[in-house]
Amino acid sequence: MNKTTSALIAGLTLMAGGTAMAADVEVKITNLTQGIYFTPLLVAAHSSDAHLYQIGSKASESLQAMAEGGDISGLADVLSGINASAAANPAEGLLAPTASTMAMVESSETNSTLSIVAMMLPTNDGFVGLDAWPIPTEAGTYHIYLNAYDAGTEANNELVVDGSGAPGSLGIPASPGMAPGTQGSGVTNEETNMMVHIHRGNLGDDEATGGKSDLHNTVHRWLNPVAKVTVTVK
Amino acid sequence: MKALKLCAPVFAGLLLAGCGSDNNDVMLETPMPTPPAAEEIMLKVTAVNLTNGQPLSPIGIALHKEGQFWQIGEAASAELETLAEGGDNSGLLGLDVVMMSSSADTPLAPGASQELMLTTESLEDYKLSLITMMVNTNDGFTGLNAMDVSNLAEGDSISMRTHAYDAGTEENTEAQGTIPGPADGGEGFNSAREDMDKVAMHPGVVGNEDGLSSSVLDSTHKFDNPLMMVTITRMK
Repeated sequence: MNKTTSALIAGLTLMAGGTAMAADVEVKITNLTQGIYFTPLLVAAHSSDAHLYQIGSKASESLQAMAEGGDISGLADVLSGINASAAANPAEGLLAPTASTMAMVESSETNSTLSIVAMMLPTNDGFVGLDAWPIPTEAGTYHIYLNAYDAGTEANNELVVDGSGAPGSLGIPASPGMAPGTQGSGVTNEETNMMVHIHRGNLGDDEATGGKSDLHNTVHRWLNPVAKVTVTVK
Repeated sequence: MKALKLCAPVFAGLLLAGCGSDNNDVMLETPMPTPPAAEEIMLKVTAVNLTNGQPLSPIGIALHKEGQFWQIGEAASAELETLAEGGDNSGLLGLDVVMMSSSADTPLAPGASQELMLTTESLEDYKLSLITMMVNTNDGFTGLNAMDVSNLAEGDSISMRTHAYDAGTEENTEAQGTIPGPADGGEGFNSAREDMDKVAMHPGVVGNEDGLSSSVLDSTHKFDNPLMMVTITRMK
């Protein structure tokens, strides 16, 4: 009796499991900001126990490399090590303000959650992120809004310094779209919250030369959300 | 497997029309059929201004089947520019796609709420848009962009919070003479366009207490998302 029942349940599970089988997942990402660029994006369907980042936790070295310099290779290696379905750099470079890009990944019974990361420029260690969002098993179109995070690994001094993208090298590596100010004195030299947290935003200033920040306060600020994601489960 | 998924009860209504087609995407985008209305349908739209110090220009609401008042990454229409720089919603509400519309007579003060009504004979394929300017900005606006209301049953209501957008048609200088609201009393609409010329989300105002010395705005004019709470109720 027990055997029959469990066989029956197994049969039902198999049928119901149809919705949890592999599905193509189309991920459209729109940069909603007016003046912030996204460096190469990393989009992945992966196991639900994995995280590229977690709010309130320390950033991994790979996350730090992504958030400070836009280098997604370390995180991509981690994903391939856990057999995730990943799409690296779908925009083939920077995703400009208000621009969109499309990435394809495949969900499965194991790769059931979706994560997205990209550094935001110009920031010291700011990134846009989605952390292990459960991919619906029902086919359809879903919308998600993403916030800006701070990796907590570098002081937000807001000074643009060539070649400062490597972890441990203080500064913002580039300011695409608009030439930065120069000779800022630096907003701060301290990173008080060393966990991943919601980014407090750029301060900027209104001085092209000098002031505290090399960023422009009417151009380089933002309000959350900073990205819209449209997920289509086929 | 796709066929199995689509045969779930929730899509049963669509199967009649669409089963057998292998274009699943199109099927899923098809709105659920709405039964023909026997009598007048009435929608009540309640808007609350959640900001500290941004009066909202007279709110306009519209029912339409096609089109969008704005799209991220696209240039603003002349009608949207007129709304976003000067608070005048008449151009947008007068667009050909708009079937029914209503406008408030007065601006909506911070903390205040307003109700607007719309009547129609059918909701089939209808979308609702709402639009208003944050008047103490250069070209900031907020609203709802083509919300599907075709499935709203009598007594149903939906609540949403709105984001702040920037029309991208006027630089956010916050300078004296450029902001039409009470903080400045400056210029509203001007047909000149800034370089960006694309609708984006609004970066917020800076103000003269936060590093923009030439700004006529101060900390009281700052805002964060969300800007408004909007509730749409189908009264009958």
